[in-house]
Amino acid sequence: MSAALSRSDFVKWTASFAGSFVLLAGRDGVLTPAKAQAAADFSPNAWLRIHPDDTISVFINRSEMGQGVMTGLPTLVAEELDVPLARMTVEVASPAPQYLYPGQREMSTGGSVSLRSSWKPLRQAGANARAMLVQAAAQRWSVDPVSLTTRDGKVVHAASNRSATYGSLAAAAAKLPLPSDVALKVPEQFALIGKRGTQRLDVPSKVDGSAHYGIDVKVPGMRYAAIARCPVFGGTVKRFDANQAKAIKGVLDAVQISRGVAVIADNTWAAFRGRDALVVEWDEGPRAGNESAAMFAEAERLARDPSRSTATTKRGDVSSLSGRSLDAIYYGPFLAHATLEPMNATAYVRDDSCEIWAPTQAQSRAQAAAMRITGLPAEKIVIHTTMLGGGFGRRLQSDYIEEAVELSKAIKAPVKVTWSRADDLQHDFYRPMIVDVMRGVLDAGGRIAGLSCAAYGDSGSEVADATYQIPNLLVTTVAADHGVPTGAWRAPNANWTAFVMESFLDELAHAAGQDPVAFRLAHLLPDSAAAACLKLAAQRANWGTARAGISQGVALGFWNGSTCATVADVALNGSMPKVRRVTAAVAVGIAVNPEIVVAQTRSGVNYGLSAALRSKITLKNGRVEQANFDTYPVMRIAEAPAIDVAIVPSDASPTGIGELGVPAIAPAVSNAIFAATGKRIRRLPFSDAQDA
Amino acid sequence: MISLNVNGRHYDLDVPDEMPLLWALRDVAGLTGTKYGCGAGLCGACTVHVDGRPQRSCVMPVAAARGKTIATIEGLSPDRSHALQKAWIAEQVPQCGYCQSGQLMAAAALLARNANPSDDEIDAAMTNVCICGTYDGIRAAIHRAAVPTRKP
Repeated sequence: MSAALSRSDFVKWTASFAGSFVLLAGRDGVLTPAKAQAAADFSPNAWLRIHPDDTISVFINRSEMGQGVMTGLPTLVAEELDVPLARMTVEVASPAPQYLYPGQREMSTGGSVSLRSSWKPLRQAGANARAMLVQAAAQRWSVDPVSLTTRDGKVVHAASNRSATYGSLAAAAAKLPLPSDVALKVPEQFALIGKRGTQRLDVPSKVDGSAHYGIDVKVPGMRYAAIARCPVFGGTVKRFDANQAKAIKGVLDAVQISRGVAVIADNTWAAFRGRDALVVEWDEGPRAGNESAAMFAEAERLARDPSRSTATTKRGDVSSLSGRSLDAIYYGPFLAHATLEPMNATAYVRDDSCEIWAPTQAQSRAQAAAMRITGLPAEKIVIHTTMLGGGFGRRLQSDYIEEAVELSKAIKAPVKVTWSRADDLQHDFYRPMIVDVMRGVLDAGGRIAGLSCAAYGDSGSEVADATYQIPNLLVTTVAADHGVPTGAWRAPNANWTAFVMESFLDELAHAAGQDPVAFRLAHLLPDSAAAACLKLAAQRANWGTARAGISQGVALGFWNGSTCATVADVALNGSMPKVRRVTAAVAVGIAVNPEIVVAQTRSGVNYGLSAALRSKITLKNGRVEQANFDTYPVMRIAEAPAIDVAIVPSDASPTGIGELGVPAIAPAVSNAIFAATGKRIRRLPFSDAQDA
Repeated sequence: MISLNVNGRHYDLDVPDEMPLLWALRDVAGLTGTKYGCGAGLCGACTVHVDGRPQRSCVMPVAAARGKTIATIEGLSPDRSHALQKAWIAEQVPQCGYCQSGQLMAAAALLARNANPSDDEIDAAMTNVCICGTYDGIRAAIHRAAVPTRKP
C-alpha cells in the first residue's frame, strides 16, 4: 500500500437529488470522491464552488446529525444564488481558518447555533457569487448588469432573450475582482427561505442504506479495534494478559493506550470478542466507592449548606420576604446520550500526516487533540466528518477520536475503534446528576414575591435566565465533585432546570389557586415570545377543555434565544403516564425550513420524553449499572405521542431549533400527572417516581 | 467458508460460523447499510429479512443463514422505488438516519404480511428504536405506503 492515500481513497459523502450526481460512498466498499477542484471552477469564497457542468459544491462548517444543517445551510446559499437546492452537493469542511465565520473560535456543532451563525455569511457568499456571475454575463454580452436577472442557475437577458448557465460563466466569473458588500434579499424576495416543500438533501441516502456514517468507514489496510476501559472512572491499567484474546480467530494484537487496552483484529466482532477475553487488572482509583443513593444524599447535604455554595444570581432579597411559602426538592439522574450509532473513529497517523474519519461535532477539538498526540501541525491533520448517527452533545467530546489517533500512531496503520453499546452507556460524558432545593414565596395577591434555588451541579442557570418577572430571586450553586464525567446533553442545563422551574411554578400556581397558564402569563411581559407561545399552545391544545381520562399540563422551555410552550395531554396507564398528544408552539425567528423546524421540535419532545419516562444512569461500586437498552430503556413507537407543532410567524433572524423541544416536555407531563392525581413528582424518571 | 445468498447475489465469506450475520454483512461482504446498535437484538438497527421474515442480524450466527435467502436495505429496491422508500421520502422521515435501514426492513416485512396495518398493529410490529424520535413520520409513511389509493 502506498504511504499516502490518494484523494479518491478518501471516504467522502455528498448528496443530491440530481440524477447522476447522487452517489454516496459506502456501497460494496466503493468510495466516491467529492468533486475535485478543477481549473475552470469558480470559487469566489471558501463556501462554494461552481463547476462548468452546472453543479455546485457547498462546504459547510457544521456536522449533520439529523438536525438538518446539510439542507438548511446550503438553502441560505441557494436562496441568494437563485439556484435549485437540488443542484448542490454538500460537504463538511476539514477544520481550517477559512471555514470559521468572523468571531467563530472553533469548528463545532452545538448550542443550536448552526443556522443562526450562518444566516449572514452564507447568504453573503451566495449573493457575492451571483453578482460576479451577472458581471461576467454582462461583459460577455456587452450589456448593463442591471438589465440582467437570475433564475434557476442561469443569468438571463430578457430584452435579447439570451441566457447563460452559471457553469458556462464560471471561468469568466473567476477572473473578476471579489465584491464584498452586495445587497442581500429582503424577506419578501425569498423563494426558498421560509417556504414549505423543500426536500432534505440527506434523505435519499438515508432510505437506501448508502448514507455513510463513521462506523461504515473502511480505508485500505484498516484494522478494527475495541478497547477495554476501566469500569471505574479515572482508573488505570495495572497489568493485562492478552493470551486468551490472541487465541481468537481474527485477533491480531493487544496494545495498551492511555485509556485502556486495545485489541486489534481484522473485523469488528473479533475485536469485541478479543476485548471481552482480555484479563485486565485495574487500579480503580478513588472513585470505586461511588453509589448513587449516597451520592444524592451528599449532593443534597451540600446544596443545603450555604457555606459551600456561591450565588450566581441575586436580585432583591428573598430571605426577608414574608408570606405564604413553599419548599420542595427536585432530583435528577445522570443521563446517557445513547446515540444509536455508538462512538467510533478511524485514524491513520503517518510520519508527516494524520487523517481522521469520524462522526464528530467537534472538529477543532479533535484536531487539537490529534496535534497533541502526533506532534503534527494543524494543517497536517485532516478530518473527514462522516454522517453522524445522532449527536445530542456526546460527540462534542473528542475522547473516542483520541483513542483512534493514539492507537494508529502506536500500530502504524489505519485503525477503526468501535464502541459496543455497553462501552457507549458506561463511558459517556453524562447529563449531570442534580439536586435543586427550591423555595418560593407568594404575595397577598397570589403573585410570586420571591424564589430561591440552591443547586448542586450544573443547574440553576435557566432559573436565572427565565423571562418570568420575579422581583426577588436567589440562585446558588455548589460544584459537583463526584468524579463522573459530565458534558453537554441536548439543551444543557435547560433540559433539567426547566423541569424544576416549570414544575415548581405549577406548585405555586396551585398554591395560589390559579390556572397554570394564567399564572404564567401573569408573570410574563405581555409582548414577550414566551407569552405568544403560551397563548398559541394553549389555544391549539384546547387548554382547559375537559376530556374523559385525559389531563393536561403546561410548561415553557427556553433555549439560547428560542422559546417553546408545550402542552401535554396525558392519560395514566397504571401509575405511568401515557402521553397521548403534545402541542408545542415555538418562536425561532424566521423558520428557514418550516418542515425541519417541525421535525426538530418533535425530535426534541420525544428525546426529552424518552429520558423522563424510564432513563437513568446509576452507579454501584463506582461502576455504571446500565449496559444496554434493556437496562437503559428508551421510548419506542407505541409510547410516542402525536405531536402538533405551531411556529410563531416571524421575519426576524433565525435562532435555533435542534434542542428547543427538550426542556419543557418533562414538566408538562409531570404537571399533567399532578392535575390528574394530585401527586407531585420531584424525581425523574417517572418510572422511579411511581415507586417512591 | 460460508456461502450466502444476499440480495440475489452469491457471497463466499471466510468467517467463523458463530460470527453474527450483522458483522459478516458489514465487515466482510461490505454491505454497511445494515447497522450495529446494541448487539443484543434490542434496538432493531440491524434488521434484515431472512426468507422474508424480519431478523435482527446481530443475534443470528452467520451459519444459521446458510441456505436461506437474505435481503438487506441495499436489496429493498435498486433505485429507491419500493413503496416504503417513496413514502419515507415523501414524509421526509429520516433525521440522523442511522436507524432507518432497520425501520424500513421491519416495515417492509410488516406490509408483506399485512397490507394495511392499523396503528395498533404498527405499534406491535415496529419495535425498532429511533433515538431522534421520528415515530410520527414512520407511522405516517407506513400508512402512506399501505394504501395505494392514498398516494398522491
